[in-house]
Amino acid sequence: MSYAYYPGCSLHSTAEEYDRSFRKVCSSLEIGLEEVNNWICCGSSPAHATSHLLSIALPMHNLAIVEKSGREEVVVPCASCFSRFKFAQYEMGRDKELSRKVSEVVGSDCGKKVNVIHPLEILSGRGAIASSKVVRDLSFIKAVCYYGCLLTRPPEVMKFDSCEYPMSMDHVLRSVGIETLEWSYKTECCGASLALTETGIVVKLVGDLLSEAKKAGANAVAVACPLCHANLDGRQAEAEALRGEKFDIPIFYFTQLVGLALGCSEAGLGLDRHIVNVEPHLSSLRGGV
Amino acid sequence: MSEIHIDYNPALSDFVLALSKESRQDVNACFQCRKCAAGCPVAFAMDLTPTQIIHAARLGLENIVLNSRTIWLCASCQTCTTRCPQDVDIARVMDAARIIAVKRGVKPSVKSVRNFFKTAVKNISWFGRMYELGLIMGLKLKSGEFTKDMELGKQMFMKGKIKILPSFKGMRDTRRIYRAVRKKESR
Repeated sequence: MSYAYYPGCSLHSTAEEYDRSFRKVCSSLEIGLEEVNNWICCGSSPAHATSHLLSIALPMHNLAIVEKSGREEVVVPCASCFSRFKFAQYEMGRDKELSRKVSEVVGSDCGKKVNVIHPLEILSGRGAIASSKVVRDLSFIKAVCYYGCLLTRPPEVMKFDSCEYPMSMDHVLRSVGIETLEWSYKTECCGASLALTETGIVVKLVGDLLSEAKKAGANAVAVACPLCHANLDGRQAEAEALRGEKFDIPIFYFTQLVGLALGCSEAGLGLDRHIVNVEPHLSSLRGGV
Repeated sequence: MSEIHIDYNPALSDFVLALSKESRQDVNACFQCRKCAAGCPVAFAMDLTPTQIIHAARLGLENIVLNSRTIWLCASCQTCTTRCPQDVDIARVMDAARIIAVKRGVKPSVKSVRNFFKTAVKNISWFGRMYELGLIMGLKLKSGEFTKDMELGKQMFMKGKIKILPSFKGMRDTRRIYRAVRKKESR
């Protein structure tokens, strides 16, 4: 198995540990990744809030590079990039006039047929992890899987898992021996980029989410989105202050948890890059090996 | 009973037309079930619920829609769009309202969010990829809130989460794309 790989801006900066851990997991499972040459930003929410044409052109430029390189599939871990790529193809398919304009702007009409996939689709499907690959016992982790908004919504665009109660991340983590819990906040919003502007909204939403995670009995939250991670991890102290409640719950990219189970080194997975300390978890891990 | 005077005439409103053209949505399909408002995670902070925005849009109440905090606070989480029984893409209507508000020179009622979009879009065109430190500095210059999030920023910096230098990869491509988009949109 081998894929074109679009990391996106966050995985090259604030969420570098998502990039590192995804690469480690892939190399452990002999999944090849080839980074898209000279990729550009997908535009994310600032683009679609400013110009519809721009918000479709930026992802299509990247998809055209993928198609021209002879690849048929591109794997996109960031939930926001994943959403913008899927939206771009969806709009190109249903709006002929827009499609023509975008092709002129990009200077190519390639990219419409590229299959855009998420790492969770690989690891819960054709790249399912054999139990023989699992070398660490992580059964002490009780995680809630937090999918956030954009992986699954809207379903006619994303065509990925169930939009109200997805299970792919739960299946992946369970396949490496991690217990995942039922909870009703899987696809609630964390407030996304409002963290940089109307921070109070995000702190409130993060407090609601983490409080529910605690009530469900979780000692970890698994995520698949850089912004979800930044908010749940970085705003956790403020949410604790707001609610007068101690959470102290580490937030992991699901790839970090899978990487741990597969025996990747802690440093290689970037576990030292989180704001909420993961050390208590790691020490029980060391005790448990 | 006291009467509230609302100055509108949907037949004369070019706003309804502009909104449906920009969003490609038929807001008149809405039957006001309020599912969008019920599921909206940010509704608690909005001045009007998404349902009220759609209703105002149907009535052609341009000022109410474009001056609302709601259109800027929408987090684009797609919950409303997903759940609407009438298939109105409400999140897309919010985007369209933002775009029209800027085009018509309406002062944004949540300035910080408008500044964020504007600064981020520029950032992408300059660097090809989002330069996060540049974005944060740009926002601080605009808001004047220099001490906001200093503690978190320091922690993130210590953890190596903030890259000091931008990448310039792809900046030629983004500039070319932005130019072409501007040209098409000015027609």
